[in-house]
Amino acid sequence: MINLAVDLGGLKMKNPVTTASGTFGFGPEYAPYVDLNRLGAITVKGTTLEPRKGNATPRIAETPAGILNCIGLQNPGVDEFIAKSLPYLRKYDTPVIVNIAGNSTDDYAEITRRLTAADGVSALEVNISCPNVKQGGMVFGTNCAAASEVIRVVRQNTTLPVIAKLSPNVTDITEIACGVADAGADALALINTLLGMKIDIKARKPVLGNIMGGLSGPAIRPVAVRIVWQVAQAVKLPILGMGGITTAEDALEFILAGATAIAVGTANFVNPRATMDVLDGIERYMRDNGVKDVGELVGAAWQ
Amino acid sequence: MPYSGIAEVVVNKKVGPEHFLMRVLVPELTKEAKPGQFVHVRCHGEMDPLLRRPLSLHGIDYEHGTISLLYQVVGRGTRLLAEMPTGAEVDIMGPLGRGFTIPEKAQNVFVIGGGIGVAPLFPLVQALKHYKIEQTILLGARSADWVIGTGQLASLGVKVEAATDDGSLGYKGFVTDLVGKRIKVIKPDYFFACGPNPMLKALLEVTRKSGLDGQVSLEERMGCGVGACLACVCKTVASSELLVASGNGKTVDSGEWRVGSGTEKTVREFEYKKVCSDGPVFGAGEVIFDD
Repeated sequence: MINLAVDLGGLKMKNPVTTASGTFGFGPEYAPYVDLNRLGAITVKGTTLEPRKGNATPRIAETPAGILNCIGLQNPGVDEFIAKSLPYLRKYDTPVIVNIAGNSTDDYAEITRRLTAADGVSALEVNISCPNVKQGGMVFGTNCAAASEVIRVVRQNTTLPVIAKLSPNVTDITEIACGVADAGADALALINTLLGMKIDIKARKPVLGNIMGGLSGPAIRPVAVRIVWQVAQAVKLPILGMGGITTAEDALEFILAGATAIAVGTANFVNPRATMDVLDGIERYMRDNGVKDVGELVGAAWQ
Repeated sequence: MPYSGIAEVVVNKKVGPEHFLMRVLVPELTKEAKPGQFVHVRCHGEMDPLLRRPLSLHGIDYEHGTISLLYQVVGRGTRLLAEMPTGAEVDIMGPLGRGFTIPEKAQNVFVIGGGIGVAPLFPLVQALKHYKIEQTILLGARSADWVIGTGQLASLGVKVEAATDDGSLGYKGFVTDLVGKRIKVIKPDYFFACGPNPMLKALLEVTRKSGLDGQVSLEERMGCGVGACLACVCKTVASSELLVASGNGKTVDSGEWRVGSGTEKTVREFEYKKVCSDGPVFGAGEVIFDD
């Protein structure tokens, strides 16, 4: 018997596979392709206190083995999420991780209170790393004191597991990781997108409406694996690893580097069943290699 | 329920200067397909180029379980598609999106296409013919050899008029100008259109002036194709449209519709809708094109 269940900082997942925020909508978008009950958790689109329109188009550009996006946290706001999306998600036997973002610590406090009071939220992933919004987002995540303050405020306002999603666009990510760990985070999500841009040489202008965007997809995977490796050895918290995972082999790299769970993101756009393929492949790898508990693999590359 | 999986390429041939026609045998997808919908196609099994390519349904053959895709080679992805031989396997998702709906009041319609935007209009033309609705098809392209499918349309016995930039076929000028002239003569009661955004913007100026209602199919850079990633959005009139009088420097939202202080101005509140799942077909009165 193989055990795929993991505990991500108090969040009990039946297997280590979840979705990366912003790549899986609020669940129903992929329900025709994926049995949502089989996911370890569903991580939904970044949600803010107020509805947000997001950035001007174009919002996406293809790059070598990757994409740049500058969606800008378009979302209907937390109240509509609670009223419309949570009732749908409650039908499934799968924990829901809500990714939250705000312009101020007051925003983070209020959205945390509302989601904690709502029925059907299993954990909060605190987005202090979105590169595509002017206020908040990455501004919090690239400054250790600010990042820690946001996590402290969220921690004070919830009993739910708190997952801090960190930006790779910093000099030393382990410093920020230690800071948010001290501030009360239960787990770390690594990594958000890498800030990048693309220029249209015919128009002689940036391709994206917001000029810069976040790079995701297979192109960033080696960077993400390296960061998981470094942070896993520097901080005691469990890690939700992500960044260009498209296959089970990719996911296993993250787990061996120190991730307790993993998220499939951009790959969903290419293969709508990518999460299921990754899950099946991890199970096959465990069977083929006589691994009884997926936990045996976590950090095995350095332990 | 959309299909997602492998299908067989039955035909893949060059039909224009940069245009290819691919027919795919995929009965599960075909039986659900409606005019105006699209499919999301992987160009190969590798990671670069990464994304699928959205291609509108150019033909739906319910009897044989095949769909046809008319596409223009514009980059690496579509070039890879064009290289697929007969018998190749293609990874395809669909049908996706909301297609055209034919309102009951429509009895004499214009069907307007610009460039590769003519592709999704063919199944619509067949449906209109099936319902015995009078139709005039107006196609725009840069020159005669860039006008695709006139022969196929003529064989359906429908009226086709062309506009080319160089006058090598039909009216010399933009198809939107031709529409402006023909509206007065033919007096249509509805229209359907697909083409690049600048064409649709100019077209809506013409149709709004004439009070002609219709539907437009939009093109936008797409990510997931299923409404999850919010990349392919378009501006539409907000369901709760607000008229905001400025003067107090009020900011309508955190983004663009900032109204400068001291000026009296009325703005239409907008909301972003998803081209892939709310569209690609939208009501003509609904879409907002930026200046």
